Amino acid sequence: MELLIKNGFVFDPTNGVKGEKMDIAVSDGKIVEKVNERKAKKIDASGMIVMPGGVDIHCHIAGSEVNTGRLLRPEDHFKDFERKTSTTRSGVGYSIPSTFTTGYRYARMGYTTIMNPSMPPLEAKHTHEELSDTPMVDKASYPLLGDWWFVLEYLKDGKIEECARYIAWIMSSTKGYAIKIVNPGGLEAWGFGHNVSSIDDQVPCFCITPREIIRGLCKVNKLLNLPHTIHVHTNNLGKPGNYQTALETMKCVEDLYDGNKPAIHITHCQFSAFKGDDWASLQSGAEEIANYVNTHSHVTLDMGQVIFTDTTTMTADGPFQYTLYELSGNKWVNHDVETETSAGIVPFRYRRKRYVHAVQWSIGLELALLIKDPWKIFMTTDHPNGGPFTSYPKIIAWFMSKKAREAALKRINPRARSRSLLPTIDRELNFYDIAVVTRAGQAKALGLINKGHLGVGADADIAIYNVNPEKTDPSRKYKLVRRAFKRAAYTVKDGKIVVKDGEVLKHVEGATMWLDVQSLEPAKITDDVKRRFREYWTVEYENYPVTEDYLEVSNPIPIKACV
Amino acid sequence: MPVVKAVTCPVCGSLCDDIELTIQEGKVVKVKNGCAMCESKFLGYNGEHRILKPLIRKNGEFVKTSVKEAVKRAAEILAEANYPVLYGWSSTNCEATRVGIELAEEVGGVIDNTSVICHGPSILSVQDVGIPSCTLGQIRHRADLVIYWGSDPWSAHPRHIERYTAFSQGRFENSAWRGYLTKIKASQVRKKIESAVRRVFLKEAPSIPPLIRREPPPSIFREGRKLVIIDVRRTRSAQMADYFIQVEPNRDYELLQAFRALIRDEELEVDQVAGVPVEYLEEVADVMIRCNFGVLFFGVGLTMSSGKLRNIDAALSLIRDLNMRTKFVIMPMRGHFNVTGANTVSTWQTGYPYAVDFSLGYPRYNPGETSVVDVLLRKESDAALVIASDPVANFPRKAVEHLVKNPLIVIDPHMNATAQMADVVFPSAFVGIEACGTAYRMDHVPLPLKKVVEPPRGVLTDEEILRRILSEVKKMRKKRQVEVAA
Repeated sequence: MELLIKNGFVFDPTNGVKGEKMDIAVSDGKIVEKVNERKAKKIDASGMIVMPGGVDIHCHIAGSEVNTGRLLRPEDHFKDFERKTSTTRSGVGYSIPSTFTTGYRYARMGYTTIMNPSMPPLEAKHTHEELSDTPMVDKASYPLLGDWWFVLEYLKDGKIEECARYIAWIMSSTKGYAIKIVNPGGLEAWGFGHNVSSIDDQVPCFCITPREIIRGLCKVNKLLNLPHTIHVHTNNLGKPGNYQTALETMKCVEDLYDGNKPAIHITHCQFSAFKGDDWASLQSGAEEIANYVNTHSHVTLDMGQVIFTDTTTMTADGPFQYTLYELSGNKWVNHDVETETSAGIVPFRYRRKRYVHAVQWSIGLELALLIKDPWKIFMTTDHPNGGPFTSYPKIIAWFMSKKAREAALKRINPRARSRSLLPTIDRELNFYDIAVVTRAGQAKALGLINKGHLGVGADADIAIYNVNPEKTDPSRKYKLVRRAFKRAAYTVKDGKIVVKDGEVLKHVEGATMWLDVQSLEPAKITDDVKRRFREYWTVEYENYPVTEDYLEVSNPIPIKACV
Repeated sequence: MPVVKAVTCPVCGSLCDDIELTIQEGKVVKVKNGCAMCESKFLGYNGEHRILKPLIRKNGEFVKTSVKEAVKRAAEILAEANYPVLYGWSSTNCEATRVGIELAEEVGGVIDNTSVICHGPSILSVQDVGIPSCTLGQIRHRADLVIYWGSDPWSAHPRHIERYTAFSQGRFENSAWRGYLTKIKASQVRKKIESAVRRVFLKEAPSIPPLIRREPPPSIFREGRKLVIIDVRRTRSAQMADYFIQVEPNRDYELLQAFRALIRDEELEVDQVAGVPVEYLEEVADVMIRCNFGVLFFGVGLTMSSGKLRNIDAALSLIRDLNMRTKFVIMPMRGHFNVTGANTVSTWQTGYPYAVDFSLGYPRYNPGETSVVDVLLRKESDAALVIASDPVANFPRKAVEHLVKNPLIVIDPHMNATAQMADVVFPSAFVGIEACGTAYRMDHVPLPLKKVVEPPRGVLTDEEILRRILSEVKKMRKKRQVEVAA
């Protein structure tokens, strides 16, 4: 099918297009030079913005912890539900929507590519089953490998190449996309209820430090030529004073930067940018982190913005979630996964009048605005940890309008307001920057060649928003912008119009992307490895990998590794 | 003879996946590594009660029919019903459940799984308190204190202790099976002598043994793995335990709350709780606090005795509180091999684990109102589809009366009690033997089920039967919409 999007203001940062009026032609699900104008279906986008479909680098939408969150919180769903229609399945929200609803809600906002950031390898089948039930978007998942016993043992012995071969094997057999590291070493320690407190602490029973894990996996990442960097959730997350841990984490791989591709991605950085000795003296460490990032090119970040709402926090960081339970007294789920990782879930309400929550809100925006290069920081809420992904339009409004920020500042805790750096920041992002932080930059950081841009040959994933950049001043009319980004005028997925005026027209299945890492010398699964396997896990080696039948639509990306 | 390795056993929630089957002429002839339940399923599933042809009731009698006819009849029943119930799901694979939920949504019915009559209360309590848990391997590697409460793993999950807890060899904890072996032998010999003495010398008739109030033996204070069983009777598992606490029936809640007080170092101003002297409890509480990694498994003995979800509330709170002192986790002992999967699929598609009502076009959840037994007791449903379950044999009589009064569709490999009362019966393939798929272990680890032999000719899988019914229902409803519009 051919499609022609006419007269829109196109923002395509990857190809340097900054709001020029042009036509976008689509044929067979790809962007093409031109189509037969008479035959093609036409969309009149005059007075509207045309961007590549949104890309989300970090949002928890599927898998065992997300699902346990759903189970834990019926109260989260009662008020927010969607009826079955002739085209869509029914479902529920709010902070942890059911799978179909997740897909529809993303598509309504013009998002088409979603990265699910934590997948325990042992439970990878579950993640993929859920992703297969998540329609409308292409997706991928990062296996949690920072506390995998194989990794700890090989890195301890300095066997980087051996380690890389096993990571290549696990990447393909869990159908994963990137190496996710969560509180390295801390999760292993949490097995007995402990934690590590700095990147140079010894991990109990394993004679290795978080620094060695991060550096080791960073080297592995490079050896394997993976498209994304290592995706790191730092140690000490959510603790006052942790901005120094975040800085040390970034510094520890500084020398591994080859001047070409970044070496590390620090995820939901807001939660790792706390200054101060305790909760009472908490302050923003955004400035220090921004200064570092502004002078170094080996690191990318995403925000993890906090939204004042009732949400559900869930991370693989078991000890952090326990702390959060102690702080809030809310119900608490813990789920440790043998030899691999852990997970925790605590419902949480961010209140604008609470000092700490208001500071957190401020930190996220400060980070995004103080880091000068939008290609280094991406918009996320770490859904659902900072707030549900449906709040993205709110954040876009804060980015684009100082007035919007001031309106929000007025309502937060006065002490937090007086300490916030936001009143001193005049920077307002334009639509081009927004296209970078919500799609182009994320796609680049992820190494997605066909996503996040509208050049010829790219996947025809397109979002059209009903806002006129020539007539609308986003700085003053931020409410209009917010509304436009909330309900896309059109969302095009693989060349098909799937959303019009914020309503889903068509239920389409997205593909699951995964890395088919081809190592020169594949990991040998000897009888000895199988024996070790049987000792470490309670499942048989044969039953561990995820077969391709688990993916509704499979999109393997071949990668040539150097080992 | 071909041997199939790493087969997942489709019997209990332990989902052992190391079974080796020998296949000869399309039949399983030998089972290796399996427990008694596993062997009897793999060797004896094809018994005399197997149905091979779809059946439709005509004038009160079953008539054999074609799959197509049966699908049409079933679709008619569901499409015409205002408020059908779709029940079962725990002994089939996740793929079938996924189709089942779509079917329930399409016909605007209630979909409920068997957890409503086993661990339903546990889920309600988890929604109140949360649950500190882990996968079973974590227990194998780390647990030095294993408690089973209201559950008899030795009989109901025979390989649970061997594969995952006290007898398994972990990285940080050693297997304790040698000690138990000696103990079991000794206790068997002692029992034989005692019963001989009673019969021969004292001429006693067999009677119910009195409550045992033994103090904790010194062995539970030793280093290394310890097994504690808490139950109302001395089960087979209790015989091997380091310490057995016999709780008076229906007084589990008191005992749990007593433990909660004790681990907070509070004094109990009574002599005994639930029939157990307080000083014994204090010693056990001490063991709980001092362990490195403890685990509490609870069974239907706790969820379905007096107090129900309150018991689980107390148990979950106890374990949560223990985490202030040490590492402690808790896990329900799920019965059917894929009851966890039924909950899991339902949760990701609808947001709720069981008792989901689609009558308003969106998922609604209110156990007590939307749970199947309550719907039946209020006589609200007007048709039912039962799959991989036998509610006629298990439900309250009044509920069954209403269930069988209305049109009833059954999908099952066997002619069970429910199938005998049905209007349409579909024979189905055995999931995990004749059909592949996915099942979730009690700790939420997904495992693939294997197809090792072909099903009998003409017998379809649960998933395929449901798909055909669903597409027929969709066709009928579309036709009717067109008619209404005209």
